[in-house]
Amino acid sequence: MQKSLNIDPDKCTGCRQCEMACSFEKEGVFNPSRSRIQVFEFHHEGRFVPYTCTQCSEAWCMKACPVDAIRTDGGLGAKLVNDDLCVGCKVCTIACPFGTINYVPDTGKVAKCDLCDGAPKCVEACPTDAITFIDAAATGMDRMRKWAATNNPASAQNA
Amino acid sequence: MTWSRKILRVNLTTGVIAPEPLKMDWAQKYLGQRGLASRYLCEEVDPQVDALSPENKLIMANGPLTGTMAATGGRYAVVTKSPLTGAIACSNSGGFIGAELRNAGWDMVIFEGRSDKPVYLHIEDDKAELLDAADLWGTSVWATDEAIRQRHQDPRLRIAAVGRSAEQGCLYSAIVNDLHRAAGRSGVGTVMASKNLKAVAVRGSLGVSGLKDPQRFMKEVAIQKQVLAENAVTGQGLPTYGTQVLMNVINEMGAMPTRNASQVQFESAHSISGEAMHEPRESDGKPNLTRNAGCFGCTIACGRISTVDQTHFSIKNKPEYWGNTGGLEYEAAWSMGSDTAIDDLDAVTYANAICNEDGIDPISFGATLAAAMEMFEAGDLTLEDTGGIELRFGSAEALVKTVELTARGVGFGKELGLGSRRLCEKYGRPELSMTVKSQEFPAYDPRGIQGMGLTYATSNRGACHLRSYTVSSEVLGVPEKTDPLVTDGKPELVMAFQDATAAVDSSGLCVFTTFAWTLDNIAPQIDAACEGDWSVERLVETGERIWNMERRFNLAAGLTAVDDTLPKRLLTEPAQTGPAKGMVARLGDMLPQYYEIRGWSEDGVPTDETCSRLGLS
Repeated sequence: MQKSLNIDPDKCTGCRQCEMACSFEKEGVFNPSRSRIQVFEFHHEGRFVPYTCTQCSEAWCMKACPVDAIRTDGGLGAKLVNDDLCVGCKVCTIACPFGTINYVPDTGKVAKCDLCDGAPKCVEACPTDAITFIDAAATGMDRMRKWAATNNPASAQNA
Repeated sequence: MTWSRKILRVNLTTGVIAPEPLKMDWAQKYLGQRGLASRYLCEEVDPQVDALSPENKLIMANGPLTGTMAATGGRYAVVTKSPLTGAIACSNSGGFIGAELRNAGWDMVIFEGRSDKPVYLHIEDDKAELLDAADLWGTSVWATDEAIRQRHQDPRLRIAAVGRSAEQGCLYSAIVNDLHRAAGRSGVGTVMASKNLKAVAVRGSLGVSGLKDPQRFMKEVAIQKQVLAENAVTGQGLPTYGTQVLMNVINEMGAMPTRNASQVQFESAHSISGEAMHEPRESDGKPNLTRNAGCFGCTIACGRISTVDQTHFSIKNKPEYWGNTGGLEYEAAWSMGSDTAIDDLDAVTYANAICNEDGIDPISFGATLAAAMEMFEAGDLTLEDTGGIELRFGSAEALVKTVELTARGVGFGKELGLGSRRLCEKYGRPELSMTVKSQEFPAYDPRGIQGMGLTYATSNRGACHLRSYTVSSEVLGVPEKTDPLVTDGKPELVMAFQDATAAVDSSGLCVFTTFAWTLDNIAPQIDAACEGDWSVERLVETGERIWNMERRFNLAAGLTAVDDTLPKRLLTEPAQTGPAKGMVARLGDMLPQYYEIRGWSEDGVPTDETCSRLGLS
């Protein structure tokens, strides 16, 4: 079963534990600005939104890469950057419509979420389950259940 | 490590900014943040200086765990001499700026002197510069935040600023960071403004690394996060209701100072409680509370994000206040609600927003307003004095008007900005000031929670709940239940809380973790991160050392044992209702014993033996 990160902004408190877990795992440092997942704050709306790569099937970054440095991890579906091949041309950063692959000046390469080999650290760190790692084919299940419940008040109590 | 080992020294008189190494021998004795910054202050500032003179210094300091993944590891402290109390001040704040400063590579920033024109400090990693703030002077914290953000075009900038109240000399002005968090107490913002320093804007991209044992640290962090999650207070009560979880609890135990502490229960407490914040309002069907929010690294998330009802008189014609804003915490709801007998949740939420917008301490403001209301009702203050405002208990209109005036430092707001001790003296009713060492006491009446009486009387920064929050033990039973109405054992309890809290306040962690954690949970995290063996015993001793150092600063500043007291009202007027009915605060039963176990003389002076045991020269 392929899994996906599933993000529920309604549950996010904006604490940045995910950013620290990510930067520590990938860079060995607690440094939110080096995290592959980023939490955005919309304070007038009272809303926090974590955002990271969704691992597109036909990934813009992968298609745009002129040196084939980005490939798909078969089982995970994650798009992985091969640092040995990446020339730091940044074309992928332009191609990605979501901005989730970024250039790292220190290394001269690009970096993105790679799903931590199937055990994403952001998920482990999140205290409110705003970020979960679930069946990629069923990321809408919670919302489906919620809407289904509105159709039948009786079943809402059993949901 | 894990200190960054770097201090930024900013001389505002000369404009010289220079890095210097952190004194690591002091870090080993005082840990960081509150303890370490106080050590620097004691070394560099004459306790007798005028707090608002260029000779005073203002220190912003992180703890060694600030910016790490330790749950709540985002705290920073502001240490200076207080203009309100004349004592040492240490106000601590969450939000994000502390961690950002740490990410920029700094343990501490020391401001000295006074700039001849308004400036703000801009830090980008190891680069720091003072920039012109002429256009920001005379504007609010929020306007300043927005203007600096516009200027630098950096969405990740973290900003702390002072508002118009501080510029106008309000003695309890706060330094507000991230719009809604504050180093709130003792007028640290007033000191900042006296130096012509409007704001500090920080961007850090270096991160925190070099922990002593990173793998052990990560393991400890995960274990201790779980402890917070499974605890009823930190896992459920605080995320759901914030600190407002206490409003109904404290009121029911008859420990809610009401109408300037002339009563101990507020008949309308429910209307301004955490529970009320969840109730849908009539106008739009939405509750006051939008959601909870966490500071940097915090897995408790007690922070409130709220809206004021758009149809409420305070904001009906002010669309700029229609969005979400920092919501009510217990202390603010008490001071601007119960203590002033105002039961209007929207008015109190609005007043809280104004406190954030221009940086005033809602505890001191609300308590000062309550004293003014009592004087107005007694005829000591007249309409002429107040500029035509009917300062009556229960008047939401009076609250809304006076908070605006005080926040902006105009009209009668200037008078309220004096704080209750000076205001009550000025109008001939000094006994109506509910203060210790000129600082207003917070939301727990010592007649109903006896340990808090000793807490207020002996707090090194003037009346304060956060120096030894014995409410934990006396009300919530953490770490063990004690009877709030007895004084036996309270000196020991207060001392243990004071010392442990001083250590927590020096670590970079939030004291709210201690609803679930003891030093047994905290020491392993510090030890895994920091050089040196950090045991529970060592942390307790570090806390005791810090406490005595602060005490000695205050004694040298001219405070004496005479100042370790409570307002006469608490000592002589018994509670009229509730479980504490008939009781007064029995400070006299506790204070001599407290001095003795502290190793102080009968005059409250640390003995040579005590100082030498703690390594205080």
